[in-house]
Amino acid sequence: MEMNQFENVITPKRAWFDVNLKELWRYRDLILLFVRRTFVSQYKQTILGPAWAIIQPLLTTVVLTVVFGNIAGLAPAGVPSFAFYLCGSIAWGYFSTCLTATSTTFTANAAILGKVYFPRLVMPISTVLSQLISFAVQFCFFLLFLFYYLMTGANVQPNLWILITPVLLVHLALLSLGVGIIVSAVTTKYRDLAMVVSFGVQLWMYATPVAYDITLIPERFLNLYMLNPVTPVVTMFRYAFLGVGEPHFAAYGISWLVTLAVLLLGVLLFNRVEKTFMDTV
Amino acid sequence: MQDIMIQFEHVSKEYRLGAIGGGTLRGDLQSLMARIRGKEDPNLQIGQKVYAGNPRFLALNDVSFSVKQGERVGIIGHNGAGKSTLLKLLSRVTGPTCGTISYNGRIASMLEVGTGFHPELTGRENVYMNGAILGMTKAEITKKFNDIVQFAEMENFIDTPVKRYSSGMYVKLAFAVAAHLDSDILVMDEVLAVGDMKFQQKCLGKMDDVSKNEGRTVLYVSHNMNTVRQLCTRCIVLDHGRIIFDGDTETGIGVYMNNRDDMQTIYDLSAKSSKPDPKATQAKILSLRIMNKDAALFQTGEELVFETDILARKHFEHLRFRFELRYADDVPVGTVPDIDLGVMESGERKTFQMRFDTSWLTRGKYRVYLVLFEKNEFGTCEDHDLVLPAFAFSIEDQNDITWNVNAWGHIKLPDIDFISVQ
Repeated sequence: MEMNQFENVITPKRAWFDVNLKELWRYRDLILLFVRRTFVSQYKQTILGPAWAIIQPLLTTVVLTVVFGNIAGLAPAGVPSFAFYLCGSIAWGYFSTCLTATSTTFTANAAILGKVYFPRLVMPISTVLSQLISFAVQFCFFLLFLFYYLMTGANVQPNLWILITPVLLVHLALLSLGVGIIVSAVTTKYRDLAMVVSFGVQLWMYATPVAYDITLIPERFLNLYMLNPVTPVVTMFRYAFLGVGEPHFAAYGISWLVTLAVLLLGVLLFNRVEKTFMDTV
Repeated sequence: MQDIMIQFEHVSKEYRLGAIGGGTLRGDLQSLMARIRGKEDPNLQIGQKVYAGNPRFLALNDVSFSVKQGERVGIIGHNGAGKSTLLKLLSRVTGPTCGTISYNGRIASMLEVGTGFHPELTGRENVYMNGAILGMTKAEITKKFNDIVQFAEMENFIDTPVKRYSSGMYVKLAFAVAAHLDSDILVMDEVLAVGDMKFQQKCLGKMDDVSKNEGRTVLYVSHNMNTVRQLCTRCIVLDHGRIIFDGDTETGIGVYMNNRDDMQTIYDLSAKSSKPDPKATQAKILSLRIMNKDAALFQTGEELVFETDILARKHFEHLRFRFELRYADDVPVGTVPDIDLGVMESGERKTFQMRFDTSWLTRGKYRVYLVLFEKNEFGTCEDHDLVLPAFAFSIEDQNDITWNVNAWGHIKLPDIDFISVQ
């Protein structure tokens, strides 16, 4: 009999670009169910439920406002510093939680992945999507504050760029997915990187204008500084909703290129590792 | 109907024993740097030229077979024969080291019941979850939902979180999902071991049904020969990663029963000891041979004759020997506490042939722990070598009465004598 009469063939090695997106699409229901499962099980048997999604960024923002805004004076003048920090920290918060959650895909789900096959990319994708729900809650909360500031006549100027918000979100999601799956693919063998992630994310935050205003960066370092792909997204976000700073279009474009490159690398690495990770995890 | 559904071609799966990888990224980079600079690798053991890696182990060794549509194939073999590895490869949990596996259609694998069940979710939510994990779409599950619930006999509990379920309910629901999946190939690993008799029979019936009426192919791994006999039309026997038999079920089961690893009669015990360093003990049991049988299988009443080599590494006035008998489940049965082996000179090696009367023992599998010891001047025992277990044997009962092991134990006591009858 001929080999090619079979629908599925499992071979030891897999080509680098053999990514089966069609199969992933067939499992779309599973992605949605995982999203639902993560969200439902996260808040089961809690009194406050999804309100917890607000409490964390709220406290972070208060700390940022007091320490970096009032004591250190790193917030820009004119804009209410609470709005400035809330805006930055929910955008950054989405990115960092996605990154930390996807980076443990293989290690945290080894039990289920060792029992049954489904396209492994289902897991990190569903993680990123389920974080969107918390983000949506936080975002509504932010809009309430924005509305309040507008009513009281504070210096906030939302402009038409807010229409770009979904693009910004997708951007953050893809970037965190890319970095996260690279980490998860590499940590199947070396756990060292998992240690780096938690404080790496912390350091990354300081390399991003979350706790301070971007105008504090000296002009000659600005180009280097803008290479951080999260920076243009955060500044864009603030520009759209608060009218603070400037949009940095060139840097934003570069950031997209970096994001796509990272994502591609991540998917390829992930794809490479997923087949035999059960033996090394 | 005779289409080939699954084909394994020279499939091997290799595992590295022990810890995997050089340990850390740092360690691997160190080795790499050293190699580039032509220096000695700091992670090598002294005298070693290349990093040999961990010892390797072939869980599957050049396995080839094919399965036709509608066949129900039982895969049997003792623990470690490679059954589960085979199913894991087929269900794509892990990849083969070499060889090709080809199959047609969709595989539903149940390597463990209830995979992906989340305790906080209700039965209904978990049915959807589990179904989706096994590759069904939401619409397909909805279509089959009532059948699933009915089969699992769970109508009343379907909206309760599964953390409140009993283990039986858990299994029933999970099996029902997998059995109702529209797959062409059903892969199952010992799932029927749980659940009550009635449900087991129902599951076997269902599998029979899907295979006969829907033409689905079933691959079934089990240690329970009765279910294999009942379900399978063909049997593949694995031993140490190789196929040693492929053919009809009865013959296959026969091959498996006679090929039990633990029926061996020659044991090399020189490296086996509970002492931390078997090479440094003051006395060592080197080997053991069962002399009067080709396989360690005895009828009740038969004698067990064995020979053991013992090495003394110092002078002993009285080296002593203890024979501890345990049942297969490690429950102690009895002990011959103190056999005096007499004087042993330092460096002397003696072979002792001994005889053990098995007529006390009832049918089943026994393991023997051997201990070498010495009584010191205070009268307490000082153990020199402990081999736990040293060897195993099985007893078959010729008597036709059923011995109730749970209530009666493993030892048949001598008859009670009548002193008088009035």
